[in-house]
Amino acid sequence: MEPKQKKNLARILIAAALTAALHFVPVTGAPRFALYMIPYLTVGYDVLRKAFEGIKNRQPLDECLLMAVATIGAIALALYQKSGDYAEAVAVMLFYQIGEWFQSYAVGKSRRSISELMDIAPDYANLEGEDGRPVRVDPDEVEVGTVILVQPGEKVPIDGVVVSGASSLDTAALTGESAPRDVAEGDEAVSGCINLTGVLRVRTTKEFGESTVSKVLELIEDASARKSHSENFISKFARVYTPAVVGSALALALLPPLGLLLAGRAPGWGTWLYRALTFLVISCPCALVISIPLSFFAGLGGASRQGVLIKGSNYLETLSEVKTVVFDKTGTLTKGVFEVTAIHPEHMDERQLLHLAAHVERYSTHPIASSLRAAYPDEADGCSVEDVEEVAGCGITARVNGSAAAVGNERLMERVGARVRACELHRDGTILHVAVNGEYEGHIVISDVVKPHSAQAIAALRGCGVTRTVMLTGDRQAVAARVAGELGVDEAHGELLPQDKVARVERLLDGRSSERERLAFVGDGINDAPVLSRADVGIAMGAMGSDAAIEAADVVLMDDDPLKLATAVRISRKCLRIVKENIWFAIGIKLACLALGALGLAGMWLAIFADVGVMVLAVLNAIRCMYLR
Amino acid sequence: MKKSYKIDVDCAACADKMEVAANRTPGVREASVSFMALKMKVEFEDGADPDAVMREVLANCKRVESDCEIFL
Repeated sequence: MEPKQKKNLARILIAAALTAALHFVPVTGAPRFALYMIPYLTVGYDVLRKAFEGIKNRQPLDECLLMAVATIGAIALALYQKSGDYAEAVAVMLFYQIGEWFQSYAVGKSRRSISELMDIAPDYANLEGEDGRPVRVDPDEVEVGTVILVQPGEKVPIDGVVVSGASSLDTAALTGESAPRDVAEGDEAVSGCINLTGVLRVRTTKEFGESTVSKVLELIEDASARKSHSENFISKFARVYTPAVVGSALALALLPPLGLLLAGRAPGWGTWLYRALTFLVISCPCALVISIPLSFFAGLGGASRQGVLIKGSNYLETLSEVKTVVFDKTGTLTKGVFEVTAIHPEHMDERQLLHLAAHVERYSTHPIASSLRAAYPDEADGCSVEDVEEVAGCGITARVNGSAAAVGNERLMERVGARVRACELHRDGTILHVAVNGEYEGHIVISDVVKPHSAQAIAALRGCGVTRTVMLTGDRQAVAARVAGELGVDEAHGELLPQDKVARVERLLDGRSSERERLAFVGDGINDAPVLSRADVGIAMGAMGSDAAIEAADVVLMDDDPLKLATAVRISRKCLRIVKENIWFAIGIKLACLALGALGLAGMWLAIFADVGVMVLAVLNAIRCMYLR
Repeated sequence: MKKSYKIDVDCAACADKMEVAANRTPGVREASVSFMALKMKVEFEDGADPDAVMREVLANCKRVESDCEIFL
C-alpha cells in the first residue's frame, strides 16, 4: 500500500467508526449537527477542496463537485426538514471514498503484478574484467561486438552469439514455454532469457535499446495507448453520461414540483430535491471508465505471460472477432526445414542407402545435402569419398570406397545408365535417386514436415469460433493439398508468389459477408510483411530474436508453436467477453438505480451502495483477464 | 515527433479529461493517455517546441483535474 492509500484507509475507518458510534448517541439539534460534521469532514475534506477548485476552474461536472453538491444538499435538506438524518450524507461520502480507495488499490495492485510479469528488463551487464572477474556495467553502455559474461541465474541482457560456454536458457518470460532451450558456442542468445546452468560468454550483436528485451518491453508499454473500440465507446459514453445525469437531476428537481403546482397540488419540493440529489450520487461514470481499460490492460499482460504479444487493445479486440485464419505454409504450419521422410532401397538396407547418399553429398551446401547429413549425423566416418563432382541441375557423383556412386534426379540416373523404378507413393517432396556402378539402388524422399502441433492448432482454432481456415503457399498445389488434408485446413492455394498472396487475402476480405468477420493472417513475419499489414490482424510466429517480425506484425507469437495461435484467440475472446459483461453490467445497474431513484424507490444509501458495489465487482471481473489461459 | 511522458493521476475518468485537455492544446497533433500504464504519448505538430507545448499541456490538464501531474 502506498502512503496515500494508507492515509485514506485510516480516514475511512475513523469516519466509519465515528458514524457508527454516533448512531447510539442521543443528541439532537445543533450538537448533533456538529458531531456528524466530524466524520463528514474527516472523510470528505479533500472532495470539498477539489469541488471548490472545480468551481474555480469552471469545471461544473467535476465528480468531486457533484459529490459535494449531493452531500451538502442532503445535509441542508436534513437541516431544513429538521429530521436530523445527517448519517446519509456521511455515508454517501464514506462509500464514495471506499470506492475510490478500492479502485486505487486494485489498479495499483494490477499495475504492479503486470510489471512483475514483465520483469524481464535486465539491470546490468557483466563485462570481463582484467582478472577474469565480472564487472557490472549499465547495459545501455555496452557497444555492439563486446563480449559479455552471463552467469547462471542472470538474465541475458543484450542479444548476441555465444562465443564460449554451454548452458540452458529459460525462455519462459518471453515465450511462456517452460522447457529450457540449450545453447552452445555459435548459438544465438536472446536477451530476456535466464541463464540456468553454465557461464556463457556472449558477443553482443545489437545495442541494448535494439535488443529483443527492450523491443518487447517497449511494445507492451505502448500497447495500452492503442485503444479499442470498447474503450473509445466508454470514454465517449462517460463524456455524455455525466452531463446527461446532471441535466436530468436538474429536471427532476424542477419539473415534477412545477407540474404538481400547476395541477394545483402540493409541489413536494423536498422530496424531488432529494431524488435529484440521489441522481448526482450516481453521476460518476467511474466503474465503467476504470474497468474497461483495466480489462484490456490485464488481458494484454496475461497474454504476454503466455508468449503472445499483442501490440494494442484494438488488436486484442480484432483478434476476438476473427472468423477466417489464413496461414502461410512454410515455417508456420510446417517446419520449413527439409527432412528425410522416406527411404526406399532396392538391395541394401535403409541405413546403408542413407549412409551412401550422405557421403556423396558430404561437401555440398545445398539444403538437401544438409538434411541428408542431419538424417545421418555420423557421416564423418572412415569411408573414403573422392572425385566428388556436381552435375549441374542433376545431382552429384562421387567415388565412395572405390565404387562410383550417383545421387540425384532421374536425369542423373539416365546419365549413369541406371533404370529408375518409379515410385507411386510420393508425388510431392523431392526424390533423390541413388545408383552405384550404374545400378539403381533406390531413392530417398525429402520433404518439408508439418509441425507436431499444427493439426491440433487448427482443431483448437475451430473450437474457439474460427469458421474458415485457408493455407497459402508458394509450394506446388499437390503439396499444398496434401498438407491441408493432413491438417484439416479447409482450403489450400499453392504456387503463389508473394504478390499473389496479397491478392488472395484481398479477395477473401472482399468476399466476406460482414466487416465484423475478421481475417487474420499468420506468417513467419520475414517475407510476408505486405500480407501481414493487409489482413485485419497480422500475426507473426517464432518472432523471438527477429525484430523484423516484431515490427511487421500486430500480434507476435514469441515461439513458433502454432498452438499459441489458438491460445491468443481464446484469450482475446474471453477478455472481450469480460469487457462486454462489465459494460452491460455497469450501465445496466446505473440505469436501474437512476430509474429507482427517480421513482423514489431507492434512496441515497442504496444509490451509493450500488454504485460502489458495481465498481468493485467490475474491477474484480476485469482483473480476471490477467489470469486467462 | 512523438514523445512519451510519465504521468500521475488518481482516477480513470480524470485521465480521460487529461487526454481531452492535451488534445485541445495548440501544437499537439494527437495525445493519448493510458491510465493503466500512467503514460501520456504526445505527437507534436511539425515545428512545435515540445517543451513549451508540454508546459501548456500541463497547465491545461491542471485546469480540468487539479490533482494530476506530468513529469516533464
